[in-house]
Amino acid sequence: MSKLKELANKCEKLSYDLNFKAARKWKMEKEGRVIVGYMPIYFPREIIHAVEGLPVGILGGGDRKQIIVGDAYYQSYICHIPRGIIEMALSGHFADFDGFIFPSICDVIRNLSGMFQMSGIGKFAKYMDFPQDFSSEIGGKFYIQEMNSVLSKIKKINGVELTTTNLNNSIGLYNKNRKLIEEIYDIRQHSPWRLSAVDTYHILRAGMVIPVEDHNIILEEVLEEIRQDIGEPMDKIKVVITGAFCEQPPVSLIRTIEMAGCYIVDDDLMLGSRWIQGNIDNTSDNPVRAISEAYLNKSTFSSSVYDVGNPKSERLISLAKMRKADGIIFAAPSFCDPALLDNPIYNKACDDQKIRYINFQYHENIGQFKVIKEQVGAFSDSIKLWETDA
Amino acid sequence: MSENVKKEKSMILQKEMIGGLFKDLGNAKESGKKVVYTFVPGNLSELIRSFDMLMVYPEINALQSGMRKKSDEYIKEAEKWGHSEDVCTYVKCDIGMMLNGNIGPTGEKIPDPDLLLLSYTGCFTFLKWFENLEKLYPGVPVALLHTPYQENGEITPEMTDYMVKQLKNDVIPKMEQVSGQKFDPEKLKTILQHSADTEDMIVKIFDTTKNKPSPIDAYFAGVYYIGPINIGFRGTAEATGYYKELYSEIQERVKLGLGPVTPEGEMKEEKFRLVVEGPPNWTSFREFWKLFYDMGAVIVSSSYTRVGGVYKNGFRHDPNRLLESLSEYCMGCYTNMNLKQRVDMLAQEIVDYKADGFLVNSIKSCNSFSAGQLLMMRTLEDRLGIPVGFIESDLVDPRYFSYSNIKNRLESFFQMLDQRKLISV
Ligand code: SF4
Ligand code: SF4
Repeated sequence: MSKLKELANKCEKLSYDLNFKAARKWKMEKEGRVIVGYMPIYFPREIIHAVEGLPVGILGGGDRKQIIVGDAYYQSYICHIPRGIIEMALSGHFADFDGFIFPSICDVIRNLSGMFQMSGIGKFAKYMDFPQDFSSEIGGKFYIQEMNSVLSKIKKINGVELTTTNLNNSIGLYNKNRKLIEEIYDIRQHSPWRLSAVDTYHILRAGMVIPVEDHNIILEEVLEEIRQDIGEPMDKIKVVITGAFCEQPPVSLIRTIEMAGCYIVDDDLMLGSRWIQGNIDNTSDNPVRAISEAYLNKSTFSSSVYDVGNPKSERLISLAKMRKADGIIFAAPSFCDPALLDNPIYNKACDDQKIRYINFQYHENIGQFKVIKEQVGAFSDSIKLWETDA
Repeated sequence: MSENVKKEKSMILQKEMIGGLFKDLGNAKESGKKVVYTFVPGNLSELIRSFDMLMVYPEINALQSGMRKKSDEYIKEAEKWGHSEDVCTYVKCDIGMMLNGNIGPTGEKIPDPDLLLLSYTGCFTFLKWFENLEKLYPGVPVALLHTPYQENGEITPEMTDYMVKQLKNDVIPKMEQVSGQKFDPEKLKTILQHSADTEDMIVKIFDTTKNKPSPIDAYFAGVYYIGPINIGFRGTAEATGYYKELYSEIQERVKLGLGPVTPEGEMKEEKFRLVVEGPPNWTSFREFWKLFYDMGAVIVSSSYTRVGGVYKNGFRHDPNRLLESLSEYCMGCYTNMNLKQRVDMLAQEIVDYKADGFLVNSIKSCNSFSAGQLLMMRTLEDRLGIPVGFIESDLVDPRYFSYSNIKNRLESFFQMLDQRKLISV
């Protein structure tokens, strides 16, 4: 087996270990360590890392966890991800987790924080409000208070005080992590055959459940392989996928898109890991503020952030152009208001810019891909034909 | 007879107020009055009013379209425009209405906005709604007021400070710019005093359900009672006058030992007293209400009537703390309370109003209400040992109102309540 395949397989295992063995092992190795689970999308993991914590991304049970009690918590017209999360919580998957963060993204995740609180899951369950005001003095100050509130909860558990040096160090590690991830995307932009979208997905997703130091090593090893001219190009179109930032599609859906004739050159699947675009200052004497400034000024676009003054449709079009994509696939979870309410705006922007696109919906445990395969296949063919005609 | 005359008086007053509002909106271009589009939960009516601007509430338009049987067509229009079947139908109904010429309930066109004021409380979909509106009205200034969630069951000074700063830095300057008027704290002070007076009356009115029989239905009739404060009359002498009149009519009913007035006539026998969680269905509102009337069920308290403000816990707009008080009002609205607070409040109401059962009307559209309701229901059942019921419908999408389904479920629920009564006897 090639080194690259080995790495991808290792990451696949980590990604779908619903018992978080790697994180638990890490915690057991040293007294005072804490595990903090966080829900999609973005969370400033640096602050947890700096106080002897491991931030672990919780993306639900996907198609690998049978829902037995979760459905008794959610009506049929609510998306799928929270029922998987509550199922996991109630069946002991988060046993060694100390606390949980619910970043502000939508009302479902928000109310899930209350369900954790009422069910007494974890030592804390905090809904973390992100400012929708983007000035340092107002939104920035509020965001710093939110981060300090998280830090005080962890200090209560392990007694660890945040230091400037530690946080700057953590920021540096996550800067590196984002830089390495972006390099993978840059390579895949011109040579997507070197690393499949499925492997890319697993490699990034593994980073949600292991220490950033370990993930950086994996990313460096992957890059070492894909910097070389490996693999054979195929006749596929290049697409950007968007809408799947929270509830994750089953990996078979990503594979289906690839098999139906598309190279996925950018996506928002692991948006939280790529949220801050560029580096956060890791030399400042107020690193919490540096994180806040980065959130205010360097955040990517997302359905969970009000975009007045900086329309996300324009940002998506720029991304597609930058990646030289032939089209955009809008894939959103069923019943996801944030993603689905954006679609008409996005679609219109694509129409105006003559960018081709398709829309479809999925849920995390969808098992039939035939229709999607046909739809994506027809999309890819039409683009290829259109380009030949042109 | 005298009772009917009195009843009519408050209704006439309300009708006049609402008619006047739509007339003012219809004349906005001629009168030069500026128009602000904003939302009910966490609304800044008083502040808008202090700049002499008029308010349009897209949710009110949507609910009225639902009651006028127009929402079906509007929703389909929005779906043709690319909106998914799965998303909040209030948004789609409103967008469909705008795409259809934005004709209001009185048949007149609702004027375009001069300001989009996104002061949203307790619901993320408002944010998405406004992003869509912004595209429909390009170039219209947008002011945003982010209301922090009561995640820890409290309003901290930091949260208030964050909101006050947003008001000072963004909202008020934009209002000054659009209205051409300077912010006038003295004027706002007077308006807030009226709000506080109105809020006193609201609490008294909804507290009359402590009587047996309850003189009012706090859900079906309750939505009419909160109409004036939710569409921008909070802060006016008119509103205080209306509520005083309404209160005296209700007091008269209490004296006479009468039950609620419903579209089917007066409820003769109060068999069941319920607390209801969740918004009502608007497209079949009367049929929906009749199901309860037929079974002798009176709603003695509902969370929905708190969506535009929770006053029972003591909150009042405070003329001496202008911006702080507006901020605390926004943060205190029902869907901005965390689940635990919501359960505690409902539990208290069940006890205070001596309810026999608790019912959830779960709305397909509304994650803000719906996500968590099943756990809330079970918690109340465990905590109070009270029978709980569950029905599903939608606000304005008639495709999701199944009369027979709801009837069947309600019948089983009422049977359960009946048995419980027999056992306790
Ligand atoms: S999938 Fe969408 S609606 Fe569901 S929790 Fe995630 S963001 Fe919210
Ligand atoms: S989700 Fe609910 S609260 Fe939010 S806009 Fe829709 S109906 Fe209103």
